[in-house]
Amino acid sequence: MTTKVYPNAAAALDGLLRDNILIASGGFGICGIPERLIDAVEASGVKGLTVASNNAAIDNMGLGKLLRTRQIRKMISSYIGGNKEFERQYLTGELEVEFTPQGTLAERMRAGGAGIPGFYTKTGVGTLVAEGKPTMEFDGEEYVLERAIVADVALVKAWKADTSGNVVFRKTARNFNVPVATCGKTCVVEVEEIVEPGALDSDAIHLPGVYVHRIICGAPYDKQIEFRTTRTTDVG
Amino acid sequence: MTKHDGIVAGWSRDQMAARAAQELRDGYYVNLGIGIPTLVANHVPQGMTVTLQSENGMLGIGPFPLDEEVDADLINAGKQTISELPQSSYFDSATSFAMIRGGKIDLTVLGAMEVAENGDLANWMIPGKLVKGMGGAMDLVAGVKRIIVVMEHCAKDGSPKFIPACTLPLTGRNVVDVIITDLAVFARPDHASPFRLMEVAPGISREQLRQRTSAAYVE
Repeated sequence: MTTKVYPNAAAALDGLLRDNILIASGGFGICGIPERLIDAVEASGVKGLTVASNNAAIDNMGLGKLLRTRQIRKMISSYIGGNKEFERQYLTGELEVEFTPQGTLAERMRAGGAGIPGFYTKTGVGTLVAEGKPTMEFDGEEYVLERAIVADVALVKAWKADTSGNVVFRKTARNFNVPVATCGKTCVVEVEEIVEPGALDSDAIHLPGVYVHRIICGAPYDKQIEFRTTRTTDVG
Repeated sequence: MTKHDGIVAGWSRDQMAARAAQELRDGYYVNLGIGIPTLVANHVPQGMTVTLQSENGMLGIGPFPLDEEVDADLINAGKQTISELPQSSYFDSATSFAMIRGGKIDLTVLGAMEVAENGDLANWMIPGKLVKGMGGAMDLVAGVKRIIVVMEHCAKDGSPKFIPACTLPLTGRNVVDVIITDLAVFARPDHASPFRLMEVAPGISREQLRQRTSAAYVE
């Protein structure tokens, strides 16, 4: 009987990584990033990677590690702020960046996973983002054609998975992880807990098992916070 | 607040946020940008229900958490820890931007580097110098019904930011509805109309404002 559950990140990525492939990675800032899997990509030594990810965490965390080791040739991202090395490599021309508006990036991934090769959007019309792309007028408004993203490998961080691959996320750690998962030819998910089928509410699955090919438990996690902001008193 | 000829005048950051909050209406779904726009949440009028959207996948942003409530899985688009409300909901980034692009969000408040007199907005990069990326700003200005810009009236070197035409790469073409600066408020009823001066900050004369604004506007 085949199993989706692998013992560790290196085993789960075995046979999937090659130089110059396209990897899609979930996460927003350092929230919901597939850190165990990224560590295994670093250890594998593959290079020339194109990585589609909203941003690249911070220096020396998550994808920031793969930037340090120069394993990434190109990023497809909406935001490089918060990661000095990302900004430096882009400004010096060492790293290619395909700036993609955040919603367009999410939709390019969603479309890639849904068999839609491209779509028209108002986002970016009249800006650098639309340069060189076909435009079309619908109902008197101009739209730009954006292409879908289909990744060779999708790296995802989730809260829980059952052994059949059904996945649930926790709070805002869901973010890009769902569209990233669906756009991968192979999707590898790291979770905090693996449970038996039936333990998750079938009516509350965020990512159905058909999208999930390999699963590891990455616990324990020591989740970092980029900006810890608190209040001191109760508010009405 | 700005120092003009040795006199401190104009609105503070918090006063600008309070002025932006006057654009809110009961029942609105609202997305607030990073910086001064985030402060708008502190000025929602009593008795008004406004639901805040965070583009990383949440509706119903609560206040900053108490120390013991801090949760690394619960952040806003500025990556600050936040709290949830009984009515909060979570969703993925594709769904989040479907509601933004789909026109379901009533109003957004954003910062700006430049706004042009035709409503063009530039707020995501200075070529060769400062590159942060557009994040969700291009999607927000393309999809949200009403776009409020909150910014300092002049750049650090004193040059105007409300100008005849943007010099920086655009975030959106003809998208801004209201401009709130530390010196004045400008608004227009539709995207075919010029901006009209609505208010001038205390201590600022109309002449001083004209001297610090290169964009054309209706007085």
